Amino acid sequence: MYEETDEDPRDPGAPLTLMPGHSSRGRLERVLRRGEFAVTAELNPPDSANPEDVYERAAVFNGWVDAINATDGSGANCHMSSVAICALLTRMGYAPVMQISCRDHNRIAIQGNVLGAAAMGVNNILCLTGDGVQAGDQPGAKPVFDLDCMSLLEAITTMREENKFLSGRKITSGPEVFLGGAINPFAPPYDFRPLRLAKKIAAGAQFVQSQYCFDLDILNEYMKQVRDMGLHEKCFILIGVGPLASAKTARWIRTNVPGIHIPDSIIERLEGAEDQKLEGKKICIEMMQAVREIEGVAGVHVMAYRQEALVAEIVEESGVIKDRKPWTREPNPGELAVAERMKELAADPV
Amino acid sequence: MARITVYEPSGTSSVYRTRSRYSLRLWSVRHSRVLEWFYNTFASALLALHPLWSAIGYKRVETPMVAVEKRIKALLFDCRMCGQCALSSTGMSCPMNCPKSLRNGPCGGVRANGHCEVEPDMPCVWVQAWQGSRSMKGGDTIMDVQQPVDNSLKGSSSWLRVTSDKAAEKQAARSGATE
Repeated sequence: MYEETDEDPRDPGAPLTLMPGHSSRGRLERVLRRGEFAVTAELNPPDSANPEDVYERAAVFNGWVDAINATDGSGANCHMSSVAICALLTRMGYAPVMQISCRDHNRIAIQGNVLGAAAMGVNNILCLTGDGVQAGDQPGAKPVFDLDCMSLLEAITTMREENKFLSGRKITSGPEVFLGGAINPFAPPYDFRPLRLAKKIAAGAQFVQSQYCFDLDILNEYMKQVRDMGLHEKCFILIGVGPLASAKTARWIRTNVPGIHIPDSIIERLEGAEDQKLEGKKICIEMMQAVREIEGVAGVHVMAYRQEALVAEIVEESGVIKDRKPWTREPNPGELAVAERMKELAADPV
Repeated sequence: MARITVYEPSGTSSVYRTRSRYSLRLWSVRHSRVLEWFYNTFASALLALHPLWSAIGYKRVETPMVAVEKRIKALLFDCRMCGQCALSSTGMSCPMNCPKSLRNGPCGGVRANGHCEVEPDMPCVWVQAWQGSRSMKGGDTIMDVQQPVDNSLKGSSSWLRVTSDKAAEKQAARSGATE
């Protein structure tokens, strides 16, 4: 009765059947609930109004990731909005994770966006507080922070479970979304971080994606506490990883991007390498393999900022998904025919 | 030169800010246990005076009470008069001083030295809150998920609201028991 495949045979882009016990019709939730090691990646949002830019950036992940994160003004920089990127991605059948940051929208705008995104076929939402405006290209902007990530999670859970807005007003058709949050085990107060995850789960988080992990010791300590509290059984934990392009970039990130902890040993290792970019990739692959062995980790979230083309290689070489092949978008025959004809026309001198 | 950001601590100019102005706030966190006891005693006293408040009228008491509450809490906690005080659940560290006004715990941007991402000179309100809550009797209420701030309550007296709510609760319990 319920299709276990991640694809609707009639229409690859259409929402799947809602399985019992699931909150969404998305593939990410299915992969995680089947107990498979999931891979998600972050799409670098374009500074343009051209949908082709989004499609191009998503195409590099095709067949290698289970979901694509669309950031919401990450680092407080202005880019194409996450709701629009997600709407474009669902048109192509991709499974986006829509990030919502509390920095730019108040509760009225956010709840409206959640309904809109769900209507456009978005199945996964990640609730974030958001970087402060001082971190971005427009430090003079007014920070909103009307909700925080916790009350945002609770608000969307209420919308989904009780078909109600925060105000209590009825929603006729609630958003069927798989809800996520972010964790950062690498920032103080370290002993409060696992409790904060417990709090997020209480507020409605079903999966979490972590900040970049470059320090396994801290992660192991964190995961130990998480397991002791049994949190890994209530929530899917995806650990953030990513390749560092060079020691210089690593230093810059460490001082300028809030919340990213890179130990000196990593920077020294990069500095000592002949090909720093290759070494960065190696570190990332090793990290993914190490993280996969930790009990309670359900997947990885690859953030290869400006090195997105490397993601496929990284996932393949790391072997974290073994021989599983995530959903692949196959171009339909009509599109191929159009592309062929366009090529002919371009070649035609007239 | 002082860095100017959009975030403004209560009652001061962002230009003349120095690190020392956080000292009282930090003192309150260090003494969270005493302040908790003091507040609980004070809250019971306010509740005992409920007949007086309702005789005068809560609306009439509001203005003088706000004046007192504002001064005391501004001094001790850099209070922003959000009107829905959460200090008992936040280790006596006022969450409205967080530049992201987080009411449910620290963001991921806390610096390695425990300072704020937005205001590098300021100790993170939530790192403080966690420390303060550890020495409080009811410190575990830091795990309660706080509702979004009701901005329409801004500037009103949290003390009076708590008192009238508790009195109403008592009243309801009493009438429920007699029925």
